[in-house]
Amino acid sequence: MRASSRPAQPWWFLAPAFAVLIVFFLVPTLYNLIYAFTDWSSFKTAINPVGLQNFRDLLGNGILLKDLRTTVIYAALVALFQNLFGLVLALLLESDTRLNRFARVMFFIPVIMSALAVGYIFQALLKPTGALNAILGWFAGHEVQHAWLADSWTLLYVALIHAWKWMGLAMLIYLAGLKTIGVDVLEAARIDGAGAWQTFRQVRFPLLAPAVTFNVATALLGSMNSFDIVQATTGGGPAQSTEILNIFIYRTFGQGLFAQATTMSLVLLLVIAVMAFPTIWVLRRREQVL
Amino acid sequence: MNTWRVVRPGIVVVLLLGLLGVPLWLVFITSAKSRGDALSPSLSLPRDGWHLAANYTEVFTEGRVWKAFFGSLSIVLPSTVLLLLLGAMAAWVLARRSGIVIAVLYAIGISGIVLPPAVITLVLLLRQLTIDGTLSGMVLVYTGIYMSTAIFFITGFIRTIPAELEEAARVDGAGPVRIFFTIILPLLRPVLATATILICLYIWNDVFYAFFVIGGRKDTLPLNLFQVASAGLYLNNWHLIFAYVVLMSLPLLVVFAVAQRRIISGITGGAVK
Repeated sequence: MRASSRPAQPWWFLAPAFAVLIVFFLVPTLYNLIYAFTDWSSFKTAINPVGLQNFRDLLGNGILLKDLRTTVIYAALVALFQNLFGLVLALLLESDTRLNRFARVMFFIPVIMSALAVGYIFQALLKPTGALNAILGWFAGHEVQHAWLADSWTLLYVALIHAWKWMGLAMLIYLAGLKTIGVDVLEAARIDGAGAWQTFRQVRFPLLAPAVTFNVATALLGSMNSFDIVQATTGGGPAQSTEILNIFIYRTFGQGLFAQATTMSLVLLLVIAVMAFPTIWVLRRREQVL
Repeated sequence: MNTWRVVRPGIVVVLLLGLLGVPLWLVFITSAKSRGDALSPSLSLPRDGWHLAANYTEVFTEGRVWKAFFGSLSIVLPSTVLLLLLGAMAAWVLARRSGIVIAVLYAIGISGIVLPPAVITLVLLLRQLTIDGTLSGMVLVYTGIYMSTAIFFITGFIRTIPAELEEAARVDGAGPVRIFFTIILPLLRPVLATATILICLYIWNDVFYAFFVIGGRKDTLPLNLFQVASAGLYLNNWHLIFAYVVLMSLPLLVVFAVAQRRIISGITGGAVK
């Protein structure tokens, strides 16, 4: 009986996971804090501390602030569209008909595909001579040759593509949330005379709060850290209007400016931390109010 | 309400055709065209004959598909095994013990869910450890990056399993290693399945971290697609790009087609808890 008074889980079971986590995740993050303040580059043999020079340079030429803004807008747009599409699909495909089950499987295919491949598909679709313009032209009755990936709304379109790729996952999470709502709750709302829209607004949507938390948080974090879709559709253009932080990091690293890329990486870390923790906290509180 | 019942399937079909049919058809039909015909990708059928076999053969020979396939496989498999095994071991302790030390360790353990990996200094670290550009370096990087995801999902699941089962085994004199492998691990099957799917999706499709860690030195499917699409030789060769897209998507699509019911129920069951 003495054995069961002590926990059976030995501490050393933590060791292998934490060893990998510390060496390959936390140590680079600590390095990030150090090398952002040096002149590390492929052009020099020695690495010297330079204080805040990298931050001053980046702030000075305006790219950092512009890319920062682009990244935050992009993340907000993705979070909005991904949840909107996911929720609409979930409501549309809620009942278990054969067509709906088939559609749910099909809408999950973009989630499985590589984001890079998705980017190339939409680059081809949205070319001036591409399929979207052909379809629009067919409806309009005259030729359409709009360059979707080179106008002032391109960031919006790329965010829509990102949301398209992941809407299947959001849909599944919302479907799971809808399934957990009890039949008796809906029955009570119906007896009280609530219509479909009222039931959704006042009963079903509030009960979906945990699914909203999960979906909004993952969409925000995922799109802040995005790279493939933007790189494959626009490469950051036109005129750097879709240059999110990871595109900048990739570009600067390729030029051998390691310290600048590290500084940007540190800024990305800070921005994500500053945005994520309050968002998760607010959404969690929303769940508890109910 | 009755009109809605009739209209709804119609909307579903239109969305399926418009949102999925058009992009997927574009990929397939372009991968069957000749170079000239594919220059401006359209939804129409090939004008000068079908070139499916020729295009796919060319991608196989020029795009190093087999090498890339085995490169991807030899990264995804060890990373996933390490993540599930080490993650489950740590999660067992984190879920069952309590106290301030455990709370701090858990917070550190799941910090990677929110914080992005420091990719530039990761490359520097790998160089210092002299495993830069190697497959084992890449495996360890992915294991480090996604360990938080594994710990988060598995710890949450273990908390819902009653502890009595393992206590009974302990009274019978079983050691911790035996309890873990014969009782805990089999009980974790549902959450391990979900975690496997997510981790495989992330790693199989990743090009960003792979570019920094092994870019130019080892082949993976996404890295090669990136090369095929950006290299001057292939510029605007949409027929080859989309043939490569079909080939690299097929393995995951086949797995998904076989296991879709379990995959979908695994994700829906695990996420909203």
